[in-house]
Amino acid sequence: MMIQNKEDLLKIREAAASQLASYDCRILVCSGTGCIATGSQKIYEKFVEIAKDAPGVSITFEAHDENTHVGIKKTGCQGVCELGPLVRIQKSDQVVQYTKVQAHQCQEIFEKSVQNDEVIDELLYRQNGKAYLSPDEIPFIAKQTRIVLENCGKSDAESIEEYIAGGGFSALMKVLFEMKPEEVVEEIDQSGLRGRGGGGFPAGRKWKQVARQEEKVRYVVCNGDEGDPGAFMDGSTMEGDPYKLIEGIMIAGYAVSSKDGYIYVRAEYPMSVSRLRGAIREMEKRGLLGENIMGTGFTFHMHINRGAGAFVCGEGSALTASIEGNRGMPRVKPPRTVEKGLWEKPTVLNNVETFANVPKIILQGASWYRSIGTEKSPGTKTFSLTGSIQNTGLIEVPMGTTLREIIFDIGGGLKDGGSFKAVQIGGPSGGCLIEEHLDVPLDFDSVKKYGSIIGSGGLVVMDEDTCMVEVARFFMSFTQRESCGKCVPCREGTKRMLEILERIVNGKGELKDLDELEELAHMVKNMALCGLGKSAPLPVLSTLKIFRDEYEEHIVDKKCRADVCTSLRRYVIDPKLCKGCSKCAKNCPTGAITGKLKEAYIIDTEHCIRCDACRENCPFDAILIES
Amino acid sequence: MLDQSFYQKTDEIIEYYSPQASSLIPIMQDIQAEYRYLPGELLTYVANKIGITEAKAFSVATFYENFSFEAKGKYIIKVCDGTACHVRKSTPVLEALYKELGLNKKKHTTDDMKFTVETVSCLGACGLAPTLMVNEDVHAAMTPEKVVTLLEELRGDTV
Repeated sequence: MMIQNKEDLLKIREAAASQLASYDCRILVCSGTGCIATGSQKIYEKFVEIAKDAPGVSITFEAHDENTHVGIKKTGCQGVCELGPLVRIQKSDQVVQYTKVQAHQCQEIFEKSVQNDEVIDELLYRQNGKAYLSPDEIPFIAKQTRIVLENCGKSDAESIEEYIAGGGFSALMKVLFEMKPEEVVEEIDQSGLRGRGGGGFPAGRKWKQVARQEEKVRYVVCNGDEGDPGAFMDGSTMEGDPYKLIEGIMIAGYAVSSKDGYIYVRAEYPMSVSRLRGAIREMEKRGLLGENIMGTGFTFHMHINRGAGAFVCGEGSALTASIEGNRGMPRVKPPRTVEKGLWEKPTVLNNVETFANVPKIILQGASWYRSIGTEKSPGTKTFSLTGSIQNTGLIEVPMGTTLREIIFDIGGGLKDGGSFKAVQIGGPSGGCLIEEHLDVPLDFDSVKKYGSIIGSGGLVVMDEDTCMVEVARFFMSFTQRESCGKCVPCREGTKRMLEILERIVNGKGELKDLDELEELAHMVKNMALCGLGKSAPLPVLSTLKIFRDEYEEHIVDKKCRADVCTSLRRYVIDPKLCKGCSKCAKNCPTGAITGKLKEAYIIDTEHCIRCDACRENCPFDAILIES
Repeated sequence: MLDQSFYQKTDEIIEYYSPQASSLIPIMQDIQAEYRYLPGELLTYVANKIGITEAKAFSVATFYENFSFEAKGKYIIKVCDGTACHVRKSTPVLEALYKELGLNKKKHTTDDMKFTVETVSCLGACGLAPTLMVNEDVHAAMTPEKVVTLLEELRGDTV
């Protein structure tokens, strides 16, 4: 049905809400990228198959049929990705979270928990021996504040009816029927919402600048090119609540009088692309996108562009160049994107999370938003919590939450009882925070003081088994590979920095390399053309500052305390264990092992290439690694 | 020489996105999705149709990592080497694939055109690291042993 006015939308809401209320039970199968990878699609199909043939159960039904009404839905990310496939059984009085559900268990779940009210104990979430029934009680989720991810995992991500039933498009209605564009801009400005893509630039100020341009053709662009390795929040938002994102973009469109919105999604997120495309189709079918929306005269079209594998396209001017069909290379600014963005027109460019905050701010007001988070950084922030940590997954917490709360309360501490060494924040554009920073409130400004940035929000936790020099090398190799090559400092500087880092992890570094590395890092940071280049040296600067002793160990002692840098390993033969069988000497490809039969052999470290062939094949485990 | 059907398909794709310069990237993406690579002849053809120079089309195609002028295997395996996967030991997974398929850093595709192995910087399933993607399906918590099983399954598929 076409929605031609406010009443039509309200009618759909009522119908959808009563349909939702008539379910006796809903089986919510997580269909985020993580759970699909662990086989949740099969679980979904299995449940449909079981429910279809179950007597007295209907999955498609009329309002008055007597059967038990069971809805089987695919939701967005339910959070604890590590324990997938995740399934929730929702009834009017309670929701039960099941983890690691296997296809052969579906029948049992259906009989016990869907048709009856029995809980299957062994499928419940457990932490420190305690089992949790409802997802909201699980510490990992209970300690979060979910605004952006509010619907994620709770509702059918693909269903427009469900979105509407849950209050979706109320914010859009509010702006279209009750607010002038200037008022919308003002509300966002007042809320203090800052861009979640990394920089933290106030969104309201950006919108204001676009709104006051003389040029009347304007664009709204959503940056969904979440390229930082270790970050997947925006992907989960696009998959899990596509309608909310589009609603936020449309509100921006109304606020700055734009008729066209673009979402640029990275190539590695096929699921986000298909969910967004589906959502756009549904909205166009109902007249919620297109000409004269709900009879208000507001016209808006949504377009999806897929990235093609270039990290630099996460930078604003490179992203718009890519939408235009060009090489995705940043350009010199000014003019800034708000003046000359997409097709040289004034453009609002924000990332996914920023737009996804907008509907709720409009509905609840700026002062409500300001009541969450810190004074300078209001609201919440989504993070993807990964690495050597107990509970990995997608989280959302108020700005100003400390790392300690995130890592130990929500994340459950380190994996396998390891000890905390550092957390890498902000991906290849960020730095490391360590033990002494655990109580620093995470917000845009405080993290900067420690030489790092919140960035898009990847948190990779590292334990003692991580070599910080290797981590710096890893990030440098990433940025070096992704450097677009336009400006010399980034193109050449990152390459030289990478060469030095490679020398160090291979045991060929010299102490003067560290000074040179630092000098180059400052040069790239100060002189590169775009934000990505400017921030590329941050992982190096940050590790050099905090873990300089590890660098020096690699150089002076030729030692890697985490035993990650294999070139620094020293192979020795324990003369007490060696029986002098000569097997190692025969296996050694470089002839570095010599000795007499039946006497202990020795390894000449000069010639050893650390191939491990000797150790692997020693029948007496006599070959040891000293690191 | 490419078969005439290639040009017909390309015409359909151009028509879908409309023949204009800004459609270049989506057109190339669809051609590549169809043939698993971007035939150079077709790129020249597209450039003419949408009114840009051949040089421009090639400059864009070579800029983005996803485009390949060489035919890829039926199964494109992208091993994630993002931070989380790297920290959780993705390198042995990649090495196991190389070893099983006789590939290396320079040779990405098997001679029977069945497998291509590449690395990618993040698949967005970091909670389940290390991961890899076979065409569009993500496989979680990979180990060198699971790689062997996965390849057996894929090899067994005769479609």
